[in-house]
Amino acid sequence: MDVLNAIVALLNYVVVPGVAYGSQLALGALGVTLIFGILRFSNFAHGDTMAFGTMVTILLTWALQAAGISAGPLPTALLTLPVAIVVTAVVLLATDRVVYRFYRRTRAAPITLVIASLGVMFIMNGVIRFIIGPGEQNFADGSRFIITARQFKAMTGLREGLAIKVTQGITVVLAIVVVAALFWFLNRTRTGKSMRAYADNEDLALLSGINPERVVTVAWVLAAALATIAGVLYGLDKSFKPFTYFQLLLPIFASAIVGGLGNPLGAIAGGFVIAFSEVTVTYAWKKVVGYLVPEGLEPSGLLQLLSTDYKFAVSFAILVVVLLVRPTGLFRGQSS
Amino acid sequence: MKGLLLATAVGAVMASAAAAETIKIGIELGFTGPIESLTPAMAAGAETAIKEINASGKLLGGATVEPVRADSTCVDAAAATAAAERLVTGEGVKAIMGADCSGVTGAVLQNVAVPNGIVMISPSATSPALSTVEDNGLFFRTAPSDARQGEVMADIILDRGIKSVAVTYTNNDYGKGLADSFKSAFEAKGGSVTIVAAHEDGKADYSAEVAALASAGGDALVVAGYADQGGAGIIQAALDTGAFETFVLPDGMVSESLTDRFGTDIDGSFGQNPGTDSPGAAMFAEIAKAEGFDGTSPYAGESYDAAALILLAMQAAGSDDPAKFKDKVMDVANAPGEKIMPGELGKALDILASGGDIDYVGATAVELIGGGEAAGSYREFEVKGGKFVTVGYR
Repeated sequence: MDVLNAIVALLNYVVVPGVAYGSQLALGALGVTLIFGILRFSNFAHGDTMAFGTMVTILLTWALQAAGISAGPLPTALLTLPVAIVVTAVVLLATDRVVYRFYRRTRAAPITLVIASLGVMFIMNGVIRFIIGPGEQNFADGSRFIITARQFKAMTGLREGLAIKVTQGITVVLAIVVVAALFWFLNRTRTGKSMRAYADNEDLALLSGINPERVVTVAWVLAAALATIAGVLYGLDKSFKPFTYFQLLLPIFASAIVGGLGNPLGAIAGGFVIAFSEVTVTYAWKKVVGYLVPEGLEPSGLLQLLSTDYKFAVSFAILVVVLLVRPTGLFRGQSS
Repeated sequence: MKGLLLATAVGAVMASAAAAETIKIGIELGFTGPIESLTPAMAAGAETAIKEINASGKLLGGATVEPVRADSTCVDAAAATAAAERLVTGEGVKAIMGADCSGVTGAVLQNVAVPNGIVMISPSATSPALSTVEDNGLFFRTAPSDARQGEVMADIILDRGIKSVAVTYTNNDYGKGLADSFKSAFEAKGGSVTIVAAHEDGKADYSAEVAALASAGGDALVVAGYADQGGAGIIQAALDTGAFETFVLPDGMVSESLTDRFGTDIDGSFGQNPGTDSPGAAMFAEIAKAEGFDGTSPYAGESYDAAALILLAMQAAGSDDPAKFKDKVMDVANAPGEKIMPGELGKALDILASGGDIDYVGATAVELIGGGEAAGSYREFEVKGGKFVTVGYR
């Protein structure tokens, strides 16, 4: 029986990465859910919006690094993040002007907008690969760890180490700040309230004098900010590669749908549900169980439900089950 | 009148030059893809051999050889097959120096080389499966099979007193073949393998894979992957979580890009890649230096040898017809005969032209066994101070 070692092993391999990944998914899902709530379509270009924002951040970060400016122990990318958000917001507003506004004016069916967003996705895909290339980019700098596994072992004398990366800490802190700010904005400000009114009932909102173009503009700006922050955090924590951002679309949509599309609280819960399902289902529990059971009874197998190759299958399976059993999601969002 | 005479004279000279034909040789390597950092030196190695042959002017009574490059991509069998198809039907190559990675090499062999009767010598395809493939005597490799690398790696690990390891491999013919051969060799010699898990290349995050490996445990982690791909990602995640500190690095992981990325963080890790302490390696390194590339880069020497063997076999057969010279490859590579070192290709051509016998040694002490693959000697290295340091040869 070695409960402490079991807890630390669990923290190190499941909880810490799960919380970081969950925060990144939650921020991504918030962007999707926001666009769905206001503009009433599933924005398939969201993954590539994340990639675009991250790409801008990386390019600016390189410029700062070349100029010798850094943020000390924190990644330089945090300094360039606000500028990247502005650039991404401008690009999203431009796409809205060129593509989506036309379909909104003609009151096109949501599926038309979904397919239009698919087209936008492919164009962004190409633009990103054209500018930064399809390869992997690592842009994390500053110090790497809050605490390393070796330090932790020396400090506590335990056999298991616990490592927490700076990027994981930043992810969680920034996610909390962003979510708090978003909820304050949606619940306490006039613009936020008018957005919620518009999402609830478009005709009623228009009758009470809410300017629809303004609501749409704010929604795109918020989506750009959320996408860029989510993308940069994911890229700092893991690495940036256009194709993996495109693949992120599946767990992000799964998160948003599990939580209930159009429901911000649901998007956050959904992000963590998906992240922890992916991590726990593919985790090999042998080590943790080995610490917990009496000596001599250690499992010989790996106690792994699914091989790690099936990570994406987990979000797919959850998505299918939720759509079958509870199409509006856990938090009663809309279903289209 | 004078102009006409001159033109006739020039025409005559050109006609005679055309009579001494041009032989095209395909060089198909993964110039893009997971081993793109290795292939420039490999291609340069092959082209150096061709240049040397051309400079001697003795091949088949003065024929010149023209290398034609093509991209195997290392991983995309369809793209590699299409590229080889172009080499054979479009360019009319007589032989292909390549391909590089095992999967695409098997595809090119079966889809292009065998149907068209083209000789193929791969400098770096190491999958054990290629030893038994149906090749009509057309396929050779100057790299040893991973069945041998698995044995050597097991010996190196056990000699360092490590008895239990976890294994992760890149999910393709190379990784799977090496992992399988290593596991059976290691267990036969008394070690224990806690887990053999595949990883996919090109993912952003390998923490889930590493979590499973860490759960299985082991004193070291064998990473049978690629230095520019998932292999590096696995090492990154293992270092981040403190799951493993010692890594065993087979040939695909031996790249400057790995030590550039991790520096002293992977000190104490060790491994092996094909290499030899025969004087040929040093001689080749000198030649490579003069040509402006790194002759000690993995598989650069094998590439030189592969190209040299193709051309020497042509000379021995007195023909550039693949059906004829394919039978001569083994003869020129192995004893009996005069030993040929790198830089002595002209001498070898002379001996062969006069009906003599050669035993090509080359940059990598080539000795072809079985169905035409290198017997294999390996360089054992350790990472010290963020650099690969040679420990010895096996």
